[in-house]
Amino acid sequence: MNDLLAGLGEALRLILTLDAELIEITLRSLRVTLSALVIACAIGLPLGGWLAVWRFRQRRFVIATLNALIALPPVVVGLVVYLLLSRSGPLGVLGLLFTPGAMIAAQVIIITPLVASIAHQALRDLWAVYHDLLISMNATRWQRVSTLLIDGRRALLTAALAGFGRAIGEVGAIMIVGGNIDGATRVLTTAIALETGRGDFALALGLGIVLIGLSLAVSWASHWVMRTERRGTW
Amino acid sequence: MVAVLPLRLTGASLRRRGKRLVGPVDLEIGAEGVTAVIGPNGSGKTSLLRMMHGLQRPAAGRVDWSLPEGVARTRQAYVFQQPIALRRTVLANLAFPLRLRGLSRAEIRLRAEAQAARFDLTDKLAQSAPSLSGGEMQRLALARALITEPEILFADEPCAALDGRAMREIETRLIEASAQTRLIIATHDMGQARRIASDVIFLLHGRVHETGPAQTFFDSPGTPEARAFLKGDIVE
Ligand SMILES: Nc1ncnc2c1ncn2[C@@H]1O[C@H](COP(=O)(O)OP(=O)(O)OP(=O)(O)O)[C@@H](O)[C@H]1O
Ligand SMILES: [Mg+2]
Repeated sequence: MNDLLAGLGEALRLILTLDAELIEITLRSLRVTLSALVIACAIGLPLGGWLAVWRFRQRRFVIATLNALIALPPVVVGLVVYLLLSRSGPLGVLGLLFTPGAMIAAQVIIITPLVASIAHQALRDLWAVYHDLLISMNATRWQRVSTLLIDGRRALLTAALAGFGRAIGEVGAIMIVGGNIDGATRVLTTAIALETGRGDFALALGLGIVLIGLSLAVSWASHWVMRTERRGTW
Repeated sequence: MVAVLPLRLTGASLRRRGKRLVGPVDLEIGAEGVTAVIGPNGSGKTSLLRMMHGLQRPAAGRVDWSLPEGVARTRQAYVFQQPIALRRTVLANLAFPLRLRGLSRAEIRLRAEAQAARFDLTDKLAQSAPSLSGGEMQRLALARALITEPEILFADEPCAALDGRAMREIETRLIEASAQTRLIIATHDMGQARRIASDVIFLLHGRVHETGPAQTFFDSPGTPEARAFLKGDIVE
């Protein structure tokens, strides 16, 4: 209980004093996660729409695989990305290991299946409503997908938020490929792991509270943006 | 005037899970006129329209347009028995078929607003389409289908949810449209069929039971079933 209170106090102190290190790692967390999210959405949302619209032979298999990939253990993803990016690995020449770039790559692999799968589920229901109309209007396959993406955007927000939540809270993979280097690849989650290991529970908890606050703030902000979306944007 | 027509059905039939929904049907839809497709519930009116429009492939037989199918598909429109609202504004719904065709924004807006005026939807333009009343949605569905000036329109019960006045309005629009668009209208309303149809397809148990000019059909139906149906009796 004391630890919890101390953690709250520490969180308040860090935030009120605008602690320079806290701000740095928070911004890095956000930058890494949002970059990964943008890439994951750019791949996952159209993929979800495509899977809703496009009937092909292995469709069920692809969807089942996608759903299995959601459960990919992040540590294993981290390990594989590590091996790919290590100096002797096939992508070693990129020199990405222990940089934010490597962390983004690992997170993209972890959250893209989640984003695609949630998007697919939402868009499949919308497609059931729109199917006859879009076929009748002779929409091309790409027009069908883009119509679903536009009109299903509220549901897609949920997909993106789920991806954000998973990425911002992820620690296993980015610890391995980022290395938790102070001033370079340390982010909120890896800092929490470090401080916990060191026994500085108050600081760890303080960082944890900042992390949760961040997720809440992003979720609120995006819902607010959706609600106040202008009418008649077409 | 019309290039995709005539439409020819040869032994065309539609099946779902071993059950025959309609057919085999042999029909020719000529270039001119307004055809009313009538028949009791479940007789296959919707199925026939969907098969003609290409929403469902015939399990047997052929559906042939006078132009290659790819071209023919772009010159048709369909109004569904349950209207489908895009989750957008009324204006965006009207604009949608034109946007699919890649028209310029300025032209789309102009045509969408003109169409809204024609169908008495002007004060609804900014409203979201799913929030329209049933009758308003039906007007929107018809306005949206006609905005591309199709050569042939399939309308499945386009007036089912309309009150008397709105129905007369829509019938006027339909008659106007028939100057440039071939109309195939499934309807339950024999009064409506008499008012607007030039010929009739009477379906029974998924088969074309009787066809002919509307005048002849209504004045002296050729089969006892059609006679019973027109009298409002139960048709076996
Ligand atoms: N997808 C489907 N699967 C199984 N049966 C179907 C399907 N669609 C239609 N049917 C059946 O085919 C028959 C013809 O249906 P259809 O909708 O064409 O009738 P309809 O003449 O349009 O009727 P209504 O006047 O009620 O609109 C009905 O018995 C219906 O239950
Ligand atoms: Mg029907």
